[in-house]
Amino acid sequence: MLPAGILVLLFFLIPVVIVIYLSMTNLASANFTSNLSKMEFIGLENYRILLNDQFAKRIFFNSIFYVLFTLSMFNVGLALVVSLLTTHIPRGAGFFFRAIWILPRVTASTLYILIWKRMIAEAPFGIINQFNGLLGLPTYNYAADRPWEFVILVNGFIGVSFGMIIFTSAIESIPKDLLNASLVDGSSLLQRIRYVILPLLRWPLLFVVTYQTLSLLTSFEQILLLTNGGPGLYRTEVWSLAAYHRALSNYFGNAQWGYGSAFAVVLVLIGVVLAVIYMRVFRFSELVAEPKVEVL
Amino acid sequence: MEVTLENLTKKFGNVVGVENLSLDIRESEFVAFLGPSGCGKTTTLLMIAGIYKPTAGAIRFDDRVVNQVPPQDRNVGMVFQSYALYPHMTVFDNLAYPLKLKKVPKREQVERVQRTADAMGIGQLLDRRPGQLSGGQQQRVALGRALVKEPDILLFDEPLSNLDARLRLSTRGEIKQLQKRLGITAIYVTHDQVEAMTMADRIAVINLGHLQAYDTPEDLYDRPKTLFIAGFVGNPPMNFLNVEVRREEGAFKARNHAFALTIPPERGEKAASQSGEVVLGIRPEDISVAPEGELEGEVAVVEPLGRDDLIDVRVGESVLFVLADPHLRIRAGDKVRLHVDTGRVQFFDQKTEQSLLWS
Ligand SMILES: Nc1ncnc2c1ncn2[C@@H]1O[C@H](COP(=O)(O)OP(=O)(O)OP(=O)(O)O)[C@@H](O)[C@H]1O
Ligand SMILES: [Mg+2]
Repeated sequence: MLPAGILVLLFFLIPVVIVIYLSMTNLASANFTSNLSKMEFIGLENYRILLNDQFAKRIFFNSIFYVLFTLSMFNVGLALVVSLLTTHIPRGAGFFFRAIWILPRVTASTLYILIWKRMIAEAPFGIINQFNGLLGLPTYNYAADRPWEFVILVNGFIGVSFGMIIFTSAIESIPKDLLNASLVDGSSLLQRIRYVILPLLRWPLLFVVTYQTLSLLTSFEQILLLTNGGPGLYRTEVWSLAAYHRALSNYFGNAQWGYGSAFAVVLVLIGVVLAVIYMRVFRFSELVAEPKVEVL
Repeated sequence: MEVTLENLTKKFGNVVGVENLSLDIRESEFVAFLGPSGCGKTTTLLMIAGIYKPTAGAIRFDDRVVNQVPPQDRNVGMVFQSYALYPHMTVFDNLAYPLKLKKVPKREQVERVQRTADAMGIGQLLDRRPGQLSGGQQQRVALGRALVKEPDILLFDEPLSNLDARLRLSTRGEIKQLQKRLGITAIYVTHDQVEAMTMADRIAVINLGHLQAYDTPEDLYDRPKTLFIAGFVGNPPMNFLNVEVRREEGAFKARNHAFALTIPPERGEKAASQSGEVVLGIRPEDISVAPEGELEGEVAVVEPLGRDDLIDVRVGESVLFVLADPHLRIRAGDKVRLHVDTGRVQFFDQKTEQSLLWS
């Protein structure tokens, strides 16, 4: 308990407190000073500005859209499908296909995004457009016309591996007898998935949904590299990217550390609230229920 | 339902699970598969259940070859050694699961589950999860789940090996009675001889993936066809001695340099037909300590078993296991005389290891 407590304190609580404090100051490169006592405490002013920020609403809904779709279709959905498929084929083949799905995760982001940019580039350079040409289809400027589709695909392909590994090991740890029993009891392979395997994956599902929601909420580097929040004003800007832009990479050369921290604090709040809700929905307490054994 | 296995073989890559197993199980018969760990008992059951596809050979249910029939179309009930209850379902849902898959109407499901659970003595546990049951209760749920769908064939894979000795004894009787009452063809896998002997109509003894014998318990015990079976069945095991059997002055004598035994003619005659040495087999309970016994020896070890003392007696160069009355207070080092019930001796060919009496 104690070592874990120290870790949480050092790497979560203390940074959060610092960020919360920063979010209540006007710290920015425009008024930067090395004398911290001159830093002005401005209370909730940054939050008031945030609430009235004309783009905040759009960025907020962008984030929800992005997390919801990436999570459900890829980080959980496709991860589950890949795990189920690769555990129902010969072991070697299963291992091979899972290894392929790990590649996006272990490829350096810049290289990975370069590959995607090359794929979706405009005709005549883009690979997809070359195929479109060969097949006699019209060519597209994907980065401009379909930014969201590719933001989700790019992140989704990376996100599959985590859930896939967790789900696969959970499926493989289900006792063989249990799986055989369900076939003898009369289920087809699909019914076995529906009535036996999936219910037994509840705990790993909770874990992956929770963990991946939070990591998607805070992840922005692929979007930064692929679209940088564009095209146009904030078309694919998500909350964490906005915090980064405000605090560290303002378009106008003015890094607003205080204001960016306010964005970050909102993200922390959302994360904590979501984690608590997930625990409730999946009835965590039931998973650790007291046994009621007595002798026959 | 009649089950026939014909040259059934299962290989896992290079590993042989079962090889060339052929046997038939009659309608309503209770057959035990008896054999040491790793001999292919579970593999055979899983092939009958349809989980494994045979590498070669055939499985017939009545006249139908079922090799390619998926498990859900076989109507087989199985009790696993680990019970394999669904941990996320209540006892009720565990029992109702096979019925739900068969699309039995909801009301009938409830009735049949309740009826089966009551028969198993677990009627009051229906809302529990398996994790909230004792081992014995779980065993009953597993049995109930196998029975509730009224299967044509019941398969048991060492269902009692996780129970304590007393519970095992009573459950043994219950399973046997239940099977007889319902008349379901049953195959029961065990490596416990006593279980096989007490429960089964016939026992298939399997070793190293091969069928060694397939007979009634009485035949296996009293009329073993091979040296292996004679030594395998029975605990403590049968004693074996090398002897020569001759006809001498109208009587049959089995001799070696330490002793001579008079053998009744119906057994002696068959044994004497073999020239040279043969193997004589005699069970420990067919030898008794008696002052006027034909054999003389020295007691090497005494192991009290409770009801009897198991004593190891050195006779000439061989050691015999003998069951003796504890009241005789025999001690290691004592000289004793032994009487052999020669009406119960077995004879085997030394080379072929086949019985000279029963073949
Ligand atoms: N899925 C499998 N893959 C590879 N080898 C297997 C597999 N299942 C069984 N075997 C091998 O086949 C042989 C027979 O195994 P099986 O489980 O049928 O033995 P058993 O008679 O049931 O033993 P036990 O009494 O220990 O349960 C063993 O050598 C085992 O290692
Ligand atoms: Mg086994």
